Amino acid sequence: MYTKEVMEHFKNPRNMGDMEDPDAKSKVGNPACGDMMETYIKVGEKDGEKYIEDIKFKTFGCASAIATSSVTTELAMGKKLEEAEQIEKKDIAEELGGLPKIKMHCSNLSANGLHEAIYQYKKKERMEISEDLERKHEIAQKTLEKTEEMREKHGLDEE
Amino acid sequence: MKILDIDRVYADNNATTPVDPRVREAMVPYLQEEFGNPNSLHTLGREAREAIEEAREKAADMLNCSSGEVIFTGSATESNNHVVKGTAFARKGQGKHIITSKIEHSCVLEACEWLERQGFEVTYLDVDEEGYVSPEELKKELREDTILVSVMMANNEIGTIQPIKKMAEIVHEESDAYFHTDMAQCPGKIDVDVERLGVDMATINAHKMYGPKGIGALYKKKGVDIDPLLHGGGQEDGERSGTENVPYIVGFGKACEIVEGNWEKDKERLEKMHQRLAEKVYDRIDNVEMNGPMSPRLPGNMNISFVGVEGEALVLRLDDRGIDVATGSACSSEELKASHVIEALGKGPEVAHSSLRMSFGRFNTKEDVDTVVEALEEEVEDLRSITAMDEKGKVGD
Repeated sequence: MYTKEVMEHFKNPRNMGDMEDPDAKSKVGNPACGDMMETYIKVGEKDGEKYIEDIKFKTFGCASAIATSSVTTELAMGKKLEEAEQIEKKDIAEELGGLPKIKMHCSNLSANGLHEAIYQYKKKERMEISEDLERKHEIAQKTLEKTEEMREKHGLDEE
Repeated sequence: MKILDIDRVYADNNATTPVDPRVREAMVPYLQEEFGNPNSLHTLGREAREAIEEAREKAADMLNCSSGEVIFTGSATESNNHVVKGTAFARKGQGKHIITSKIEHSCVLEACEWLERQGFEVTYLDVDEEGYVSPEELKKELREDTILVSVMMANNEIGTIQPIKKMAEIVHEESDAYFHTDMAQCPGKIDVDVERLGVDMATINAHKMYGPKGIGALYKKKGVDIDPLLHGGGQEDGERSGTENVPYIVGFGKACEIVEGNWEKDKERLEKMHQRLAEKVYDRIDNVEMNGPMSPRLPGNMNISFVGVEGEALVLRLDDRGIDVATGSACSSEELKASHVIEALGKGPEVAHSSLRMSFGRFNTKEDVDTVVEALEEEVEDLRSITAMDEKGKVGD
C-alpha cells in the first residue's frame, strides 16, 4: 500500500521532535481523520535573502503523515522562504514515489504546516505577504478549526 | 514448543487463526481422492455425505445440540445475514422490530441497516464504557412486535463478554422474539453450550478456531423457523442450498473436535497471556488506556490505547519488527472511519485512533507476549518523541 520511500521516511523520520527557540511555529490539523502536526522553523539570512535554516515537525498521525512531514523538512531545508512557500502537496507525494489516493490529504497537512509557519514568521517580522500565502494561511486555519471542532464535540479538550 | 513454523510473532488471532496441522491433515483426502458430491448416490458421494455428517456431529457435540440443528454456511457473515434477513422475511407478519447492539460486527449492523431501508425498525442498544449491553435496557426496548434480538457473545475488538444467558431469559420471558448470538470469537475460549445459554440461534465460523476460511455454521434450535438466503437444490435440509464444501466442512468438524476436549485448558492459558501483556504494558508504559474490561474478557484479547500514538503507525512499526497486531484507527480503514466499537464506548475518536488490539491464540507462547511488550515499549517511546500530542492527548499551545 505504501511505496518504499514512504516506508523509509516513516521508519527513519528526519528532523522530527522539539526545537528550542524557533523563530516561528504553526499548528495544523486535518478534519478527515483528526491527525495533527506542529511545524517549527528557524530563519537565516544569506546575501540579503531569508531562508529556512532549520525546520522540525511534530506529528500525530499515520505512517503517511509521518513520512510527508519528514520529506517536507528535506524539501524545505535551506530553501529561500519564497521557494519554500511554493512546496505543494503534489511535490511531496512525488518525492515519496506517490501516496495511496485516500492518503493524499495527509500530504496536504505537512505543506499546510510549512506554509503556515512561514506566514507566522512573515507576519511577526512585518514582511510582505503575498496573496497566495494569505490564501494558504486561510486554508490552514480552516482545517485547524474543523479538527478542533471535532475534538471538542467529543469532549476531548475537557480536563 | 514452536508449532507454527513462521518467523513472526502472530498476535492477531481475533482477525484469523492459522489452520491447525491436525485440521489440515483431516482435510487433505477430501481435496483429492475423496472428491465426491455428497448429493450423489454412488460410493464416492455416499462417503462424502458420511464425512460431512460426521463433521456436523462434532460441531453439535461442541455446541451441545443435536446435529440436525447445525447448518453449514460460507462464513460468519453469511450466518449472521441468514439470521437477520431470514428472521425478518419469515416473521414480518408478526412484527417488524429488531433489537441489536451498537458494537456488533458490521455484518449484523449492515444487514440491519439494509432492513431499515426495507421498512423494518431496528433498535441499536448502547453499551457502557466497558462495552456491556444492559439487560435492563434490553428489557425496556422489547415490544410486542419485536421478532429478533441479536447480541454478540464476545466482542472481537475489545473482548467484552455479554451476559447472554440472562439476556436470552429476558427475551423469552418478555416477548416472542428469537434470540441470536454471534459467537464467532468464542469456541476454544468460552463455554459455547447453546442449551445452557438458552439461545435460539448462534453463529460460529472455522477460521477463528484454527480451521480454514470460507466456512461457517449456524446453530438453529429445532422449531425456530427462518427463511433461507440461498434457494436451490435444498442442501442443508433446505436451509442453505449449494453443494456442500466437503473438505472445509471436514476441517471445521476436526477443529470443533479439538476444541471440545481442550477449551478449558486453552482458556486459562490465553487468559494468562492477555493478563501478562496488560500488566507489563501498565508497568512499563505511561498514559495507556485499556479498552474493554480487564476481567473477565475474551481470553487472549487485549485492546489498549497509547495516548499520542496513532494506531496505523504503531501497527506498521511492529509489522516491520515481525509482529502482527491490529488497530481501530481511522487511518487504517478504507473509509477513514474509526472503530465503531471503541467510539460506542463514548471515549471519542482519539482513543480509537490510538488503539491497538493484540490477540493471542493456540500457537502463541509466553515469550511472544514478552516480545510484543518489548517492541511496544520502544516503538511507543519513539513515536511519542515525534508526536504533536502531549500525555493528556492535547496538542501544543
